[in-house]
Amino acid sequence: MEQRYAIEMRGICKSFGSVAANQGIDLEVRPGEILALLGENGSGKTTLMNMLSGIYKPDSGAIFVDGQEVSINSPEDAKKLGIGMVHQHFKLVDVFSAADNIWLGDEKAGGILKKDRYDIIGETAKTFGFDIDPRKKVYNMSVSEKQTLEIVKVLYYGAKIVILDEPTAVLTVQETSKLFDVLRRMKASGHAIIIITHKLNEVLEISDRVAILRKGEHICTVETASADEQQLTEHMVGRKVELDIQRPVVEKARPLLEIRDLTIRNDEGAAAIDGVSFYIRGGEILGVAGIAGCGQKELCEAIAGLRPIESGMMIHRGEDIVGLSPKAILEKGISMSFIPEDRLGMGLAPSMSITDNMLLKKYDQARGPFVDRKGGRAEAEQVIRDLEIVTPSTETPVRRLSGGNVQKVLLGREIKAGPNVIVTAYPVRGLDINSSYAVYDILNQQKKDGVGILFVGEDLDVLIGLCDKIMVLCHGKVMGVVHAHKTTKEELGLMMTGALDLTHKYEGKPAGYARDSRIGEVGMGDEEVEG
Amino acid sequence: MNDPLNVMTLFLFNIVLMNIPLLYGTVGEIVVEKAGSLDLGVEGTMAVGAIFGYLAGCMADSLIVGLLAAFLAAGLCGGLFALLTVSFQANQNVTGLTITTFGLGLYFFVGKGIGEDWPALASAPALAGGFAPVEIPLLSRIPVAGKALFSQNPLVYLGIVTAALVWWYLNCTKAGLRLRAVGEDPAAADSVGVDIVRYKYVHLIAGSGIMGLGGFYMALNMSGSFEGSNCWINGFGWIAIALVIFANWDPLLAILGAMVFGFFNTLQIYAGALAGAFPEPLGWLSSVPPQLYKALPFLITAIVLVASSVRKREGSGQPAALGLNYFREER
Repeated sequence: MEQRYAIEMRGICKSFGSVAANQGIDLEVRPGEILALLGENGSGKTTLMNMLSGIYKPDSGAIFVDGQEVSINSPEDAKKLGIGMVHQHFKLVDVFSAADNIWLGDEKAGGILKKDRYDIIGETAKTFGFDIDPRKKVYNMSVSEKQTLEIVKVLYYGAKIVILDEPTAVLTVQETSKLFDVLRRMKASGHAIIIITHKLNEVLEISDRVAILRKGEHICTVETASADEQQLTEHMVGRKVELDIQRPVVEKARPLLEIRDLTIRNDEGAAAIDGVSFYIRGGEILGVAGIAGCGQKELCEAIAGLRPIESGMMIHRGEDIVGLSPKAILEKGISMSFIPEDRLGMGLAPSMSITDNMLLKKYDQARGPFVDRKGGRAEAEQVIRDLEIVTPSTETPVRRLSGGNVQKVLLGREIKAGPNVIVTAYPVRGLDINSSYAVYDILNQQKKDGVGILFVGEDLDVLIGLCDKIMVLCHGKVMGVVHAHKTTKEELGLMMTGALDLTHKYEGKPAGYARDSRIGEVGMGDEEVEG
Repeated sequence: MNDPLNVMTLFLFNIVLMNIPLLYGTVGEIVVEKAGSLDLGVEGTMAVGAIFGYLAGCMADSLIVGLLAAFLAAGLCGGLFALLTVSFQANQNVTGLTITTFGLGLYFFVGKGIGEDWPALASAPALAGGFAPVEIPLLSRIPVAGKALFSQNPLVYLGIVTAALVWWYLNCTKAGLRLRAVGEDPAAADSVGVDIVRYKYVHLIAGSGIMGLGGFYMALNMSGSFEGSNCWINGFGWIAIALVIFANWDPLLAILGAMVFGFFNTLQIYAGALAGAFPEPLGWLSSVPPQLYKALPFLITAIVLVASSVRKREGSGQPAALGLNYFREER
């Protein structure tokens, strides 16, 4: 029997200005098959898929659906051809209910809105095996609920080809496995599924075949059954990559930053951080693990002076930093870099150039009313060189860079200021392997130089591999601080959900209080004292 | 005239009579803003609707022709705004101000160009008759309210009906749902197949057309007497933009908003009469300097804007993508 492809792309090319995002890409998916699209940031995965979903038009090449050549000029065309895409940034109207978000694109729906649309949507979702609340507003939904709604929406419109762009980037381990069950069910019912990701373990778990893109070119497509992580990484990166995270041993100094009984309220007035104590030594990476929204953001903001605290102490080298302005805290050598979920929000001005973003933190050091653009440009050039940032020039607006490069600019600027404490949250969020390892190397280098690092992370494997100690938060409370080389993922997981509390493990020593505390030694100055 | 009840009735009657154009302007702007476009050209759009509606109405001696001409002429202003901001991606604020400058310029150009041949409202008896009060049976016999609310000209009723229809359209139809989606999140609407460009054009034109009806109303209410120095619209377009915020983008609340505003607007004319009719509680009204009354509507506008800005995002009717141009391939 002749092999029918659900979708086939032949010789697809697409350029943005002078940048070729896709060059001559061939790709095919069969019905009832899951194809993983693997590639580093900026390798053209999303661009390629956006041509299937009608956001972009290819410059050249042909697309076939069920063997018929088609031209997809708009998302509407894609929808009619049975192609549905779940975008990385959800395409949902926040103020609408779940049902209205779907109803919006329903061609068969009547002109007048009736109450029965809630039931229709709810029932249809049930037939696909989803339980959604059709009246719930999107802004009240969790990330996982929004994603479910997106999948229901795509199925409701009758998609036979479903594309998911990095669906697991924002999900917890449990939510991811639930999603994979859904994908397997869809596969069993004959849907063709393309999943964009750069998490290798997920590729191996869920896909039938893997197509690998590198720098806009299609490198190869391999059967998942015959592939392993090392081989896939090499295809993706183009060279051999060490997959182990280094954890250099550094002689530790006395505590740099000590936090005692800290309580912080969130925007709604509830306690986001509740009586937390911990300390960071020089030459140490303290990891922070916890389910998303357990006070990580509030903690980072409080240390950086961006959020007032309710009670407690924050002592930096024996000096109280509570109530200091963000600038004064910065001058003490505490730097904070927070990568939010949308990856562009905090710390950088997206439409300003790399040079201007470098200048943001030191504009006041220039003499006279003019900024020192020359110095800023030199710094930008150095950061670009040191961290291997891919950019056309120092004057390119930051938002034009790919995600990994944006994050490198942010980290590069923070490190340039020569801090002694680095607070970094999700620095590898959404990054591919190569960029992630570059970030780990940067942090390890800082650690060797005696900097104390607070690393708020998501991936437990990374936390265990990179950090010296890991503090686990659950609903704003510390569940314990464990040594990374002694703990396991299971133990951390139990602590994250609050099932395991190790705060009273050592009698006679309150958790999070350093034995060689510097609290009380006011005005210690800068010289290090051996602990 | 000095009968207190009579004064009060007239005061209320005039609040409605003189401020219905605000309602048209506000409802029109709500339609435009729900499509995600912030059109600051209301003043100019209303002026264009006013002068062309009035001239066409006089020539044909027909209220209907006047309404249609006002709607079309103002709709063209909306079409121009759509062409510049949707097709050419121009900045909406600048384009809106341009529309105002252009509309007022066109108003004076046409009016002064006609000069001596300017048609008087009396020369078009059917048009003037169409603007005469129509008493609604039974309801108009209610004391005070009957005169103030149910003995008005047909365009007052049309304004109320338009506001109600727009509310129904926005909240109870699929096209309205799609329109709101365009204003909230055009990328989301686009991804499910809503034709953003078409929705924007249609609603910018329709909304501007509704503003034009308000201009036409003002022309008739001024008995069509053209002055070379002062435009009929006289700042109502700007107040309408503020009223949209006051009404929280809800056409029904816009009726209330227009009347609250109308109260202060009309107060300056009736302050003396009210003070005379009710010397005990309202006598102080006549001692307030008249300049304050003139400034009052704009002071209220400023207060309303400040108060509305405190309102939280949740529950606010402001479209999230208001003022932002949409370009599908933007990254």
